[in-house]
Amino acid sequence: MYGKGLRPLSIATVAMLALSLSLVFFYAPLDADQGFVQKIFYLHVPLAIVALVGFVIGGVFAIAHLRSNNRKWDAYSYVAIHISVIFGVAVLITGAIWAKASWGHWWVWDEPTLVSFLIVFLMYATYYPFRYAIEDPERQARYASVFAITAGAFVPLNFMAVRMAESLVHPRTFATANGGLPGEMMLVFLCSLAAFALLWTTLVKFELTAKSASGQVKRLRRALDAPVSGGSSRIAPEVS
Amino acid sequence: MELLFAAPALPLDEAGKYVAGAYVVFVVLLIVYLAIMAAKVQRIERELREVAALAEERKAEKREEVSA
Repeated sequence: MYGKGLRPLSIATVAMLALSLSLVFFYAPLDADQGFVQKIFYLHVPLAIVALVGFVIGGVFAIAHLRSNNRKWDAYSYVAIHISVIFGVAVLITGAIWAKASWGHWWVWDEPTLVSFLIVFLMYATYYPFRYAIEDPERQARYASVFAITAGAFVPLNFMAVRMAESLVHPRTFATANGGLPGEMMLVFLCSLAAFALLWTTLVKFELTAKSASGQVKRLRRALDAPVSGGSSRIAPEVS
Repeated sequence: MELLFAAPALPLDEAGKYVAGAYVVFVVLLIVYLAIMAAKVQRIERELREVAALAEERKAEKREEVSA
């Protein structure tokens, strides 16, 4: 059931990624200040936005889990957070590379945007040991949902606090006071954002499909009274 | 901090290394994730084959019981 529509979604994702990469390198104009290094922007910023939105979506799924007590929503929340954490790793590494190229430093500790993203990332990195520490699956799902909601609410609050802070170095993508992005750059940026949003959706669907298949194989084994090889995962929830 | 602002744009040959590095990091992360998922899917496939063989075994046992 989870695998339904995965193939067209994957094809659309690959096509959109190819289109956005082509636009980045053959259409987007060179930035007057940063030159060629600014091309990292079309990778780093969409990844960051998709990761942060993914964390919030994980929180929304967690609300659905607590309201309905349906474990399916816990699995959705877990997978959304999992993929967002992977995107978060990419954001931190690509950000460090961009910082080194344009500022001459891998990391700037007094820059609120960088540090706030690191705090959000580290907070979500604790999600896994937090789940792993609870043995009972019901309690594990419930506590993980509470964590996902609290952390998910922290993300927009954190974002607003950083926007209000007077940043010295990190640029604002949608700033209007200083002109913002020119039309061609904005078009390429929006294409990249759509491509990475599609990639996130595809990976979430892919992982949910794999979890669903694994859960159904285990149910079949139980129905046949055969021992379940490998045992069930204590961290990752199963979906049927 | 003002020194950071004053940093000039890197020449293309030097900037290219950083841009390539950033995109390669992303592709490598994606490949590692997909490789892990591929291994999981292979494990599920193997388990499914085992379950199918078990079901066939049970079916054959039942058929033998009925014929006996």
